[in-house]
Amino acid sequence: MMPNAPSPMPNVQYPIIKTMMFIDPHIHMCSRTTYDYLVMREYGIVAVIEPAFWLGQPRTNAGSFKDYFSSLVGWERFRASQFGIQHYCTIGLNPKEANNEALATEVMELLPLYACKEGVVAIGEIGYDDMTEAEDKYFCQQLEIAKELDMLVLIHTPHRNKKAGASRSMDRCIEYGLDPSQVVIDHNNEETVEEVLGRGFWAAFTIYPQTKMGNARMVEVVRKYGRDRIIVDSSADWGISDPLAVPKTAQLMLDRGIPEEDVRAVCYENALAAYSQTGQMKASDWLNPQSVDQRQMFSGNSVLRGQEPGIKSVSDYVLIE
Amino acid sequence: MSKVNKLLHQWLLNSVSEKAFAWLEQKQAQIASGAAERVFFTAFSAVPRYLGKEDLQLTFQDLEAAQDVIPGWYPGHWSVDQAGRTLLLLALPYDDTQGYLRSLDQFFSTADMGELVVLYQSLPLLPHPELHRHRTAEGIRSNMSNVFQAIALRNPYPANYLDNAAWNQMVLKAVFVGSPLHLIWGLDQRANPELAKMLADYAHERWAAKRSVTPELWRPVGRFADSAIITDLEKVLANGAIDEQEAAALACAESPLPQAQALLSHYPDLQLSIQQGNLTWSSFSRERLFVYK
Repeated sequence: MMPNAPSPMPNVQYPIIKTMMFIDPHIHMCSRTTYDYLVMREYGIVAVIEPAFWLGQPRTNAGSFKDYFSSLVGWERFRASQFGIQHYCTIGLNPKEANNEALATEVMELLPLYACKEGVVAIGEIGYDDMTEAEDKYFCQQLEIAKELDMLVLIHTPHRNKKAGASRSMDRCIEYGLDPSQVVIDHNNEETVEEVLGRGFWAAFTIYPQTKMGNARMVEVVRKYGRDRIIVDSSADWGISDPLAVPKTAQLMLDRGIPEEDVRAVCYENALAAYSQTGQMKASDWLNPQSVDQRQMFSGNSVLRGQEPGIKSVSDYVLIE
Repeated sequence: MSKVNKLLHQWLLNSVSEKAFAWLEQKQAQIASGAAERVFFTAFSAVPRYLGKEDLQLTFQDLEAAQDVIPGWYPGHWSVDQAGRTLLLLALPYDDTQGYLRSLDQFFSTADMGELVVLYQSLPLLPHPELHRHRTAEGIRSNMSNVFQAIALRNPYPANYLDNAAWNQMVLKAVFVGSPLHLIWGLDQRANPELAKMLADYAHERWAAKRSVTPELWRPVGRFADSAIITDLEKVLANGAIDEQEAAALACAESPLPQAQALLSHYPDLQLSIQQGNLTWSSFSRERLFVYK
């Protein structure tokens, strides 16, 4: 079987990160296995945010979006909770699929049904892919919804023509009355970071093999720009990507002399500060989960098929009983 | 205002702030007067933000009052947001039955887990209860344990409205996911021969895999045990832990078969406890079930 997730090598030691807490504020768990949750929790990830995005192939009808949004606020959230990870999401029509206008119009009608649900921390990921007129139209409509519902926004910056796309996204946010402190710009690199931070937005970086940002480069970005308003995430999804990208990058930062408080800021605290603004995410959700909703851990469930929920070392699963 | 509405109102008045209560009443009024579905949706989703998620503080008298209105209704584990959401649900106009059902379908199909729990645990309180059978059977198929439990446990709807096939699936699934069976309302009344056979087969599967079986499994089995099942009970009585032996003895005591009574007579201590009323399914639930996770 082709391994999708580079699992931790059994003999590789991550001494320091195992004592830290992490948030992965951009990861597509619907494309990950339950085993990933187990390993992520073991490496200190206490909370994840799953932005609504496409599914690897374009959807052909609004019903697919409805089921997808439902799984983000429902099943996926529950599945994560069974492994001691709090799951949040953002709801939005992604830039690529905004180009199917007939479909996009129907999806826009679905958004208010999901935007107010528990654990929805932002409208996202929205923004540009090809920077077409249709993408612009639905991007703006969603900025209006965010403004109306007083929500945060998570921006996807395009792979191609990234610098111009990032600039125009920020222009639009300002134009529609959003405060930069309410907007996270993601998939940044060395070319975009200065403008994003300079204009007061949150700057997120996707640690993703081959494309986007590498973790050695990330260390240098933090060294150069400091810890303020910088957020590290994995964006792990269907591609060859790593759900442990945040803790591994934290380890590399520590190994290369970044102070621990800076590592904690960019791999935990800043994401919490940004996304807790909607009131749908707070540290007590994972620090004191039982007081939040004991019913969620009431009894057994079918993900586990008889195993104990919670955090066990991966090596415990060698023997299948 | 209906009796159910009155109770929920009273309980919430005691549990949430005046401001939160006013918000809820305003939404209730808008929904009752036929506001757009979007008003119901956003309000229903937003209830925890305004009311919080604390448990309702109910007294013994409150729970008795609930039982008086609808036998089997036990809101002892409800939270304030659940009570608030139920009130919004009860505010929906339902005179146009088809339109009402269409709306409900829409709500169910876009609900998150917390919302689904409320929708299902409110079923016995909703108008047109006989029209929700299919929906309930669907909910039993849920992979989310607390959604399943919202239907199966402390909820009189299944016992009152489900057919045997759906009812039996529910009980079997409760065993499968480890739910406490004594919280299934009407379990003893709705026991039947097919269910007894399914449960015994399930016990055999577990034994083959060298896994344990909840002793509660024998509760709906006793009255309908055939001689094959009596043989199973014989094995449990001979080799089981004390809680399993007690459950098997209770099952034997409920069986009309002479074979079962003969078997029980080999365990005079258990037989005597049952005859004297010291060992019953209620005492068993109280005293023994903590040992079974």
